[in-house]
Amino acid sequence: MNIMSEAAVEKALDQKMNTVPYKMIGKDVSVYYGEKRALFDVNLNIRENTVTALIGPSGCGKSTFLRTLNRMNDTIENCRVTGKITLDTDDIYDPTIDVVELRARVGMVFQKPNPFPKSIYDNVSYGPRIHGLARTKADFDEIVETSLQKAGLWNEVKDRLQEPGTGLSGGQQQRLCIARAVAVSPEVILMDEPCSALDPIATAKVEELIHELRTNFTIVIVTHSMQQAARVSQRTAMFHLGNLVEENDTDKMFTNPDDQRTQDYIMGRFG
Amino acid sequence: MSMHIMSAYDEELKYLTRRISEMGGLAEQMVAESVRALVNSDLALAQKVISDDTVLDDAERQIGEKAIVTIAKRQPVAADLREIMGSIRIASDLERVGDLGKNTAKRVIAVAGSGIPRKLARGLEHLAELALVQLKEVLDVYASRSPEKANSIRERDEEIDAIYTSLFRELLTYMMEDPRNITPCTHLLFCAKNIERIGDHATNIAETIYYMATGAQPEGERPKDDNTSTLGSVND
Repeated sequence: MNIMSEAAVEKALDQKMNTVPYKMIGKDVSVYYGEKRALFDVNLNIRENTVTALIGPSGCGKSTFLRTLNRMNDTIENCRVTGKITLDTDDIYDPTIDVVELRARVGMVFQKPNPFPKSIYDNVSYGPRIHGLARTKADFDEIVETSLQKAGLWNEVKDRLQEPGTGLSGGQQQRLCIARAVAVSPEVILMDEPCSALDPIATAKVEELIHELRTNFTIVIVTHSMQQAARVSQRTAMFHLGNLVEENDTDKMFTNPDDQRTQDYIMGRFG
Repeated sequence: MSMHIMSAYDEELKYLTRRISEMGGLAEQMVAESVRALVNSDLALAQKVISDDTVLDDAERQIGEKAIVTIAKRQPVAADLREIMGSIRIASDLERVGDLGKNTAKRVIAVAGSGIPRKLARGLEHLAELALVQLKEVLDVYASRSPEKANSIRERDEEIDAIYTSLFRELLTYMMEDPRNITPCTHLLFCAKNIERIGDHATNIAETIYYMATGAQPEGERPKDDNTSTLGSVND
């Protein structure tokens, strides 16, 4: 029997990770809010079917970077983005890109669960409806069911699909929002602190969900919880004062990071 | 390294460091006293070493408990995690060193009165001196956390192995000379082996310190010059 040495196994895993293709490529990305520069030439690539965690202290630019990935910054006045971001081969800041279509390909889940004030069913079917992804009632029924199943919510809500989404618990609402994001079959899902308003049980359920979603989607998550980044991600990127400090395999990042600032931050020491 | 934002966390890590240093000091003392008891046939000193071992065992248990609580409460990562895991490993190595000293002390009773030849006693003392120097230095390195020094200690275990091998040969000679020497010499052989093992534990500790400081395992095989496992065989 051929038993690989520990080092060989590690190397093979690294190589495997290094061969995962990039889903999104960010090159020299800078963001300005008016005169203030929030991001400085960030070069960060997002690997396909991988959970990438963005970490760093408040105001470090991690959420700003996340929002450049589906042009959510467009909605902020005075905000200017330079550099280049591609999704597969498409330059997402190309003037000919349809932003609505882009956001269907790159979905988003926010910090606070924000279901529409509509029924659970309508919350999930809303996206497919406006994007024209389904026509018949049966088609919508199927999308709603599979999306809720992917979000691990189906069994809890299947008997009350017509009740308002806002009547669910916080954790269920967040999973409803994930179902809503999943319903339009995006390629990438962005999550901005998806668990910060949830209790540990609801958090664990969302984390389990993130882990499962990785098979079908590429996920980028911003989190303030180091442990969450360590638990759910395969790659971790550390931001500090608008700069990308270090991007590495999560295992390496939490055992032996290369950069002193990463080290100080994840260990909760004064930098 | 800079301080933690939560100062209680620093206190917990400091506690581990302090207790390890205490354990190191006691282990060192036990080894020195066990060898002194052996060459002087000092039964009272041997008894003291045997009872000191419980203190060392307790210390290891307390360090382990504190480490578990700290891991559960703080979820340490990176250098902090390596620090805590390293503490557990070093405490267990030091506890073993204490056991080896205790084992030597127990043999004092069996060997006492048989009149150890001066030459052999000196050989044992010399072996113990080297092991103690190595133990002392590795504890100093623990305080300084220097990976370079940790590596240099690791490379010196060879010397202890070489002296152990020559003691082994000498003891065999005594046993062949007169069968009445077999009982005391066998005990002395175990004592020599105990002391040689202390060198190995010091090397383990050096490797742990290297890992704590760098996050990497020291490279290459550790040097070995202990040939006793093949001594006396037909091919020798």
